[in-house]
Amino acid sequence: MHMIHETRLIFWSHLRANLRNPAWAVIMLMQPLLYLVLFGPLLENLGGAYADGSDPWLVFTPGMVLMIALFGSAFAGFGLVAELRSGVVERQRVTPASRNALLLGRVAKDMTVLVAQAVVLIGIAIAAFGVRPDPLGMVATLALVALVGVAFASASYALALKTRSEDGMASTLNSLTVPLLLLSGILLPMTLAPGWLEALSRINPLSHTVDAVRAMFASRFDTAEVVTGTLVTLAFAVVLGYVGTRTFQRENA
Amino acid sequence: MNQPAPVITARRLARTFQTRTGRVEAVRGIDVDVQTGEIIGLLGPNGAGKTTTVRMLTTLLAPTAGDATIAGHDLRHDPRGVRSRIGYVAQGGSTSDESLVLEEIILQARLFGIGKARAKANATALLPSLDLDGLEHRPCRQLSGGQRRRVDIALGLVHQPHIIFLDEPTSGLDPQSRANLWEHIRKLRTDGVTVVLSTHYLDEADALCDRLLVMDHGTIVADGTPDELKRRISGDIVTVEIDTTAMAGSGDTASSRSDRAASSPESARSTPGTDATVRAARQAVDVRSVLVERNRVHVTVEHGDQAVVPILRALDGAGIAPSALTVKRPSLDDVFLSLTGRSLRDSDENRDRGRAGGMTSEPETGTPAVSHP
Ligand SMILES: Nc1ncnc2c1ncn2[C@@H]1O[C@H](COP(=O)(O)OP(=O)(O)OP(=O)(O)O)[C@@H](O)[C@H]1O
Ligand SMILES: [Mg+2]
Repeated sequence: MHMIHETRLIFWSHLRANLRNPAWAVIMLMQPLLYLVLFGPLLENLGGAYADGSDPWLVFTPGMVLMIALFGSAFAGFGLVAELRSGVVERQRVTPASRNALLLGRVAKDMTVLVAQAVVLIGIAIAAFGVRPDPLGMVATLALVALVGVAFASASYALALKTRSEDGMASTLNSLTVPLLLLSGILLPMTLAPGWLEALSRINPLSHTVDAVRAMFASRFDTAEVVTGTLVTLAFAVVLGYVGTRTFQRENA
Repeated sequence: MNQPAPVITARRLARTFQTRTGRVEAVRGIDVDVQTGEIIGLLGPNGAGKTTTVRMLTTLLAPTAGDATIAGHDLRHDPRGVRSRIGYVAQGGSTSDESLVLEEIILQARLFGIGKARAKANATALLPSLDLDGLEHRPCRQLSGGQRRRVDIALGLVHQPHIIFLDEPTSGLDPQSRANLWEHIRKLRTDGVTVVLSTHYLDEADALCDRLLVMDHGTIVADGTPDELKRRISGDIVTVEIDTTAMAGSGDTASSRSDRAASSPESARSTPGTDATVRAARQAVDVRSVLVERNRVHVTVEHGDQAVVPILRALDGAGIAPSALTVKRPSLDDVFLSLTGRSLRDSDENRDRGRAGGMTSEPETGTPAVSHP
């Protein structure tokens, strides 16, 4: 099929560009890594309040993995703003290539980079802090990370097409990502939250993803959390992916 | 004569932009017909609507009204069909800083559905002809402005389209590269490629285009070959230079005359003999206007080449021996000025120096430096 072929062309082109200049990917990895190293150890002494008696690292590490997924993909649109400005997008739009492919190739690249970053992060957690995640749970986590990446990268690209400016992107992203982060329980589990805050966090799809990922890291597969989290994440990716492709088709770049 | 069906047809094509300060009618319902193998120039000052027109014809911008067909594909209903037939070089460039020259050109070809091997062959064949050999593996940020512009052009040509839209392709190119690109475009025409090129360089339009569409304020104000346009507007200018020493004492002090009273100064005092020259020229040919500048008489006629011999004979009959006689086409700038009331050269900065046949406008705008004794 044409679209798959074209998606691959865009994917490889962007991935190669990323490998030539990996600074951005490394910078995006730094933030969760710093949290892991400089914040994680504090949790060891919190005891039962934080992790219900289980290994706090098994709770914290999947949170950091999702933090990468959130920030890595939500800022993907900045690259597109640059591409819009330089005329690259217009140049690709004048080809018969599928509009969806132009978006999906980019999203697939972001997904790949995210998964690679997540692997690095988990590897460091295993090596440095003795985290022992369930192997299958880890693989499933990477799949959910990829889906979160699809969702936020698509939304971010749609935003880039709408705003066409770094400033517009930055203000919108800051006002969205921080509440999303705080209301997801990525840093501290929402079980610590008062009732109203926990209720609020349930609106945030990411909070369900976090629950699912934590459960799978700890080998608890047959829980409602895993089912809900997976379905919510999947739906989230489909909806925002659709928004992204619609925007890409409609906007006359 | 039955002409082949035009490869580009646009009818009442229009585009209005909504801005904070109001509506901008960038293109106001233009009709365009382009035949296969033509090089069409869109000529117009800044903001005339050239880019908007090209962007509509390349499916990048939805028209607010009107229709167009490109290579048999309807712009509105089959944009993908249109895209598969065209190449486009944008005015503002199309490369990102980090992309590598050859890789990017190959990617562009492949997005047009060309296989890997052929894409690579096309790209490598194109690079030397655009003087880009040796730069294949450089990121675009390490190129000079002109080199980067040539990469844009390569990106627009690599899939060997039959219809090419070039939006100010030579902006930022040095004269050598510009001449090379013209050569390249002419070669494309011999292969039957249709080229639509926007420019505000008159020499480029003159040298390269089979036909010009002069745009201003979103409309097409003139349509014709460069020669037709020039002839239609101003005719040719025959300049007779009189040897003043030879004529000394024989004449009166005549003032210059012009049939276009409004457009040329009447006050000039002239060399003895010019009056007789003007009279002789009027007898010999159909003169549109006359301008006298010291010992030179500029006569505007329909066909300069056909006027030379009759004028010479008449001068001979009147006992006037011209020291020089030249025929010049008016420049496209004259054409432009008379069509739009503006000179293109104002926006040309220093690009327009030394163009061929570069006579500045005489009867239309000329204010020759006529000094009083
Ligand atoms: N996206 C836009 N939004 C609002 N107005 C626009 C937009 N694009 C173009 N215009 C306006 O439309 C008019 C035509 O612009 P266009 O770019 O087609 O001119 P042009 O002939 O290509 O000029 P130039 O020689 O400067 O490239 C201008 O008045 C311009 O300001
Ligand atoms: Mg323009």
